Amino acid sequence: MNRKNSTMFVSVLALFALLALTACSKKENTEQSSNTATEQSAQPAATPIDPATVATVNGTVKFDGTAPKPAKIDMSQDPGCKGTNAADTLVVSNGDLANEFVYVKDGLGNRTFEPPKDPVVLDQKGCQYHPHVLGVMTGQTVQIKNDDPTTHNIHPTPKDNREWNESQPPSAPALEKNFTREEIMLPVKCNQHPWMKMYVNVVKSPFFAVTDKSGKYEIKGLPPGDYTLAFVHEKLGEQEQKVTVAPKETKTVDQSFKAAGE
Amino acid sequence: MQLLPAGYAIWRSLLAAHQGRVTILPATKGHALKALATTYNRGLHRFAVILAFWTFLLIIAGALVTSNDAGLSVPDWPTSFGSLYKIPKLVGGVKFEHTHRMIAQGAGFLTIILALWMWRAEKRRWLRILGIGALGTVIAQGVLGGLTVLFFLPPPISSAHAALAQTFFCLVVAVAVFTGRKWIEEVPRVEFDQRKPSLFTLTLLAIFVLYVQLILGAMFRHHGLSWGPHVVHAAVVSFVLAWTAVRALSVYSQIEAIRRPAILMLSLVIAQLCLGFTAFLTRVSWGRDAIQPELPMVISTVAHVAVGALLLATTVVLAIQVWRHVPVAFEERVPQAERNPSAA
Repeated sequence: MNRKNSTMFVSVLALFALLALTACSKKENTEQSSNTATEQSAQPAATPIDPATVATVNGTVKFDGTAPKPAKIDMSQDPGCKGTNAADTLVVSNGDLANEFVYVKDGLGNRTFEPPKDPVVLDQKGCQYHPHVLGVMTGQTVQIKNDDPTTHNIHPTPKDNREWNESQPPSAPALEKNFTREEIMLPVKCNQHPWMKMYVNVVKSPFFAVTDKSGKYEIKGLPPGDYTLAFVHEKLGEQEQKVTVAPKETKTVDQSFKAAGE
Repeated sequence: MQLLPAGYAIWRSLLAAHQGRVTILPATKGHALKALATTYNRGLHRFAVILAFWTFLLIIAGALVTSNDAGLSVPDWPTSFGSLYKIPKLVGGVKFEHTHRMIAQGAGFLTIILALWMWRAEKRRWLRILGIGALGTVIAQGVLGGLTVLFFLPPPISSAHAALAQTFFCLVVAVAVFTGRKWIEEVPRVEFDQRKPSLFTLTLLAIFVLYVQLILGAMFRHHGLSWGPHVVHAAVVSFVLAWTAVRALSVYSQIEAIRRPAILMLSLVIAQLCLGFTAFLTRVSWGRDAIQPELPMVISTVAHVAVGALLLATTVVLAIQVWRHVPVAFEERVPQAERNPSAA
């Protein structure tokens, strides 16, 4: 190969690598510029919340119809995995739907909220994530623990937040991470154990909850007003309900989901 | 005594004839060729064949990584969990990803040896350059593999990694053909092709459509595209490859070097269509909501990738053999007046 051809070959390779780097850094640049724009827009001061008047919204989320049997997980590829072999993609018990993320989607106006100082904990145990669905405020610390005798990697695949992928050997110190932008049903997976999936929901207000095994949720401390409540499930999608709460009121808002396609 | 690649010699003689405004040479059998003092190097040829097999194994290992969704189970590169040489516990996705990395390192090492060996022992300059090209390709492939890990499997980079893998495989297979005893010592049986499009053009078209199909398939596997374009283009690939194989077998079946790759190509197309259908069922239809990669999906998709690689390499070999044995006649380039002087 003569010198001219060699130079051309190396140049093409370098160009390709540069293009790839540019393409991959584009997402992060967009995120940064968007953050700056948000910071620059001046927000009028919000009415402070009076703790004496706050209301509570609670309820039960139901699943209409016959729920399919939970898929079985084959954990044989890693002897260190000794968990329950049932997937928690769709957890229904007596018609009650667990792992539903409920949050105030609209109605809070320009109120801003400081993230709690206490972290939320995401545990890896029995080669499954606990909890399967997690709610967290923007900027709040997520403490990620590994209680398994095997190495995991934690890999969020967000649309709006920064993507990262870190491994965590057994008995390693907990990882502490946070998410800077609001994002609902942000998938997190372990590439070492492909059945391990969970969802983080990042919101700007503290008014959210995840339904338990009996399908129940409760959102406390809500100032009186008109709100849009969103119910989101990883498989069944999103539904909304309008709700008005009076001072000190406890309002029950139930919701039901049908199987996809019904 | 070793012969210059016969197709090249014929092509040169035809070019000379064309430049001298002479009409086409008649079909030649056992045409005397310019001799070049190169001997068959059994060790070099066997080494190239071993590298071709190793590369095929590497393609299967890479396909297993993708099908098992294990591409990011080792989150760092060029180290693996912080080390360049320690072998991590091969469980879960690490088993696929790190094994792929180790086989890839082996392929890189073997390619360095092949390139150096050819540089020292091979008399054909163009083949030495091909060896350096293979080395450059395997280095670029390693860099792409690293970039795809560091940037969390972006579809364009992962697809480029998949496509370059098969390009490298074709290069190594070509080196194995060019260093083979038959290529060096045998006087090729030559028949000129006066049909349009020529068989050589058809083989080039077949390589092109296969390459497009490879990119479409890789983009689908790496979540950069839906399955539609890959499935639709499969019809185009089947048509072009069937046309090529039928032409090769109906007109030049007496030439063994054409007949064998043509039959193999046709068989692989049929196998690949069946595997593609199975892969579609196991992945798109039945495996849509699977909680983890299931064995039927893994087997069918990996086999689909492996047979695809064999199909592309076989088509490249067919193109090489067609170029050597069935050169294109240059009659169409002769001005009309000179082709038929009485008409002037």
